[in-house]
Amino acid sequence: MLSYLIRRLLLMALTLFGVSIAIFLLLRIVPGNIADILFDSAGLIDPAEKAKIVADLGLDLPLYKQYTQWIGGLLQGDLGYSYVSEKPVLEEIAPRIPITAKIALLALIFSVIAGVPLGVISAVRQNTPLDYLLRVTSLSGLSMPSFWLGLLILMAFVHYLGTIPIYDREPATFMAGFTMLAVPAAAVGFRSSALIMRLTRSSMLEVLRQDFVRTARSKGLSEGAVTYNHALRNALLPVITTIGIEVAFLFGGLIVTETVFNIPGVARFLVEAIRWRDYPMVQNLVMFTATIVVVVNLIVDLIYMVIDPRIRYSE
Amino acid sequence: MSTTVSQDRPTKPSFFNEVFYLARRYPLGVAGAIIMTTFVLCALFANFVAPLDPFSTNARASLARPSETHLLGADMMGRDVLSRIIHGARISLAVAVGATIMGSGLGAALGLASGYLGGWFDLIIQRVSEVMQSLPLLVMALVITASLGPSLRNTIIAIAIPLVPTVARVIRSNVLSLREMPFVEAAKATGMSEFRIAVVHVLPNTLAPLIVLATAQLGSTILTEASLSFLGLGVPEPYPSWGRMLSESAAEYVRTAPWLVIFPGLAISLVVFGSNLMGDALRDALDPRQRD
Repeated sequence: MLSYLIRRLLLMALTLFGVSIAIFLLLRIVPGNIADILFDSAGLIDPAEKAKIVADLGLDLPLYKQYTQWIGGLLQGDLGYSYVSEKPVLEEIAPRIPITAKIALLALIFSVIAGVPLGVISAVRQNTPLDYLLRVTSLSGLSMPSFWLGLLILMAFVHYLGTIPIYDREPATFMAGFTMLAVPAAAVGFRSSALIMRLTRSSMLEVLRQDFVRTARSKGLSEGAVTYNHALRNALLPVITTIGIEVAFLFGGLIVTETVFNIPGVARFLVEAIRWRDYPMVQNLVMFTATIVVVVNLIVDLIYMVIDPRIRYSE
Repeated sequence: MSTTVSQDRPTKPSFFNEVFYLARRYPLGVAGAIIMTTFVLCALFANFVAPLDPFSTNARASLARPSETHLLGADMMGRDVLSRIIHGARISLAVAVGATIMGSGLGAALGLASGYLGGWFDLIIQRVSEVMQSLPLLVMALVITASLGPSLRNTIIAIAIPLVPTVARVIRSNVLSLREMPFVEAAKATGMSEFRIAVVHVLPNTLAPLIVLATAQLGSTILTEASLSFLGLGVPEPYPSWGRMLSESAAEYVRTAPWLVIFPGLAISLVVFGSNLMGDALRDALDPRQRD
């Protein structure tokens, strides 16, 4: 167990190292460096000023030095300065993280609460009209762009309430804050719930065919006990893996959803940073995202091991 | 006895019989195929299908409601929404097909090499795909477009690259089991070169999962293109892209011109829905192990 954990942590570090190199090079392979862009966009013409920008940003240094400077700072908690606001990157990112984290968590909770039971119902009632309805609904959930769903929700708000929910940094009541985040969470979580539903359904169907379910039925257990105590427990294993993968998708969905609902979260901030060509910000935000994904995957694997005693990571 | 054998052989079903059989067995797949065919035809013959020129602006028709002249209304610049959606199918199709072929092709080649060769090559490919899979698809696509700059070609590249590791992994695991099959051993015994075995014998056997995977990815490539364009980092003007039609201050039109929000989104959802239906049916038909 311990050796497995150590091995995983080392692999994780290796992966993140790879991400850091990839993102660093990706932002620098294009001809025309950041100084040119800043120079042009600021409408400057004096070459001396350009040289000053280049020197200020450390862009005259060789690539490996720029990289070690960034990564050295990163390891010490110094993320550098934003090119745009000239504030420390950490100061810009930190207040945005809880907003995105809350929406993501709500979306995950929503998708599990909706997806798992509906998947079970769909499997138990296989090939009934209800099953078809649920399957078509979940497939359309996977087909709708989440930003469009968000826009439709906004449209419904306009139609029924006459207003659009606007993000408020300090909501008056807990409930007000909750609804403010729950609406975008539902918009972004619909896709995940559809996916979880489909997976729960197929996984349940698989498990319900197995011998131990027949044994449970034949010893006279009620259908509910068979479905929930025996079958669902086993059917949930692949679902948990998907939830882990879904966290990465969720971040992508949050980028567009935060844009639609105009929420100052960290996901939308990535797009803004890309648009402004604020490379220190982009680099650090990408590293942040990759870290979350890698850590969540590790946690999922550990949970898996705890739930399913058949799985032993001995190597 | 030997003379009757040929007569006992079942006759090959006619083409129509086969289509009819498949249609009865996978009705949802057929629905998906119909949606996709309509979409492809719209894209190919956009010039003939679209009632109006998607680029011609008309100040008097600015934000016109749906009417007889503009069936689905007109946008801020008075351009016909229906015609723009029909022409937008071209962009969606070009990006979806381009990115899927590029991503699946590259992924299949790497997966085949990785699974068949093994060793250090496999190790490197595995680590690189782990790195790539630690980034959400949209984030990677965004960063690649940011690096290459927005254009139709770069959008295709940006969407194709994140597909590569997924395809490579599936093909690799397939190849790993195929490699141990007796037919590979037989081919080796005849003195065939490793390269030829990999391409002629192993690769064709991975086609079914490859087709299933590629169809499943069509929908997600369309969604990714729409998201990129929605964020203003996808296919640039003057191409009418569904995603960008929604980005052009959509939040404002939610109040004033809902048809500008509803119809492009409906187009995206319908096409992705169609490709998902088709993907499910293909998976059931070609890859029974993945059936649900």
